[in-house]
Amino acid sequence: MSKLKLATVWLDGCSGCHMSFLDMDERLIELAELVDVVYSPIVDAKVFPDEVDIALVEGAVSSVDDEKKILKVRAHSKVLVAMGDCAITGNVPSMRNPIGPEAILDRAYIQNASAQQQIPCVVVPKLLRIVRPIHEFVKVDVFLPGCPPSADTLHTALVALVTGAPLDIPALTRFGA
Amino acid sequence: MSTEVDVKTLIIDEQEVSGLRGQTILEVARENDIYIPTLCHLDGLSEVGACRLCLVEIKGSNKLLPACLATIFEGMEVSTNTERLQKHRRTILELLFAERNHICSVCVSNNHCELQTLAQQQGLTHVRLPYRNPELPVDASHERFTADHNRCILCTRCVRVCAEIEGAHILDVMGRGINSLIITDLHQDWGSSACTRCGKCVQVCPTGALFDKSKIGSDHPKYPDFLPYLNLMREAQ
Repeated sequence: MSKLKLATVWLDGCSGCHMSFLDMDERLIELAELVDVVYSPIVDAKVFPDEVDIALVEGAVSSVDDEKKILKVRAHSKVLVAMGDCAITGNVPSMRNPIGPEAILDRAYIQNASAQQQIPCVVVPKLLRIVRPIHEFVKVDVFLPGCPPSADTLHTALVALVTGAPLDIPALTRFGA
Repeated sequence: MSTEVDVKTLIIDEQEVSGLRGQTILEVARENDIYIPTLCHLDGLSEVGACRLCLVEIKGSNKLLPACLATIFEGMEVSTNTERLQKHRRTILELLFAERNHICSVCVSNNHCELQTLAQQQGLTHVRLPYRNPELPVDASHERFTADHNRCILCTRCVRVCAEIEGAHILDVMGRGINSLIITDLHQDWGSSACTRCGKCVQVCPTGALFDKSKIGSDHPKYPDFLPYLNLMREAQ
């Protein structure tokens, strides 16, 4: 059997889910027997490949760039996994929703800045008005809640997805776990 | 009237059980270790049937009834966990999560929250409805407690414990429907209200809406089990 192609994607999140992924420690070596990591913040590939078997997505959709990315990931992935609470609920990034992006940017870059008070407008992508979970943009196949989902949860889920074994997610994790 | 007449026999989830006239389905179910999820119900407080999580099916009726309020009758056949009920319960929880800002990961009640636990137990892994993201107040004017309306699910346990057990009734509900808000006195700051500072409301709150300021992080388990004992002791007097 040829190895499955695994991608991991980082949208608006703290990278904690990716830390949890790395926390699988020596089990990563076993996983490497089953999958090839073809795209991830922790590998060199810069372009999302055309065909991916499993994509783990961390983070909420907060900017126009996130939106573009999640559409691309969906189009090129067989199984899309929402990894962690940000991807599933918006979580901490969504705490700006009741306040709005203008007020947030103003507080961060004008009121709290001691020098060079200006709101960045080049290179950095424009923020969306509302931070939303990824399933409001694309179809999500598997939801793995947790902040972050533990390494054990990620391992159990990944092995189940790769081998086709049954997966009982509420038995493993929950919002905020 | 003989006591014989007062005993009703019924079937809950294909199990033959019996209870006394006037008992609710929930009471009889719990006596027989049959689990029905609840959120606004709390042993020791009056029932309001607000959360609808305890809805059950009664054979012969196409209406769903709240087990916390519906009383038993002879020959009643109750189903507590059908696919239809599971679907409704998940939807109710999704509505609660979507209505206000429940950010479990940074909530004082993370890992001690009845809403969070119920979501996991009912197999909820995501919310299909768009979040409302309302802007809601946090009242930290009280020297000991905080009310974070972002986490409030309007179960009214705090209102009932304040009125029924503490006898102060400084908590109540303002507004209607989605604009409802738990208030202190006539919508004054909690800190300047007639609050007796007993803290019962904090202990009965199922989420992180009411919490003790002396607790940090998410280390805030709540202990509402004093209520039935308190009631028992008062009755004995």
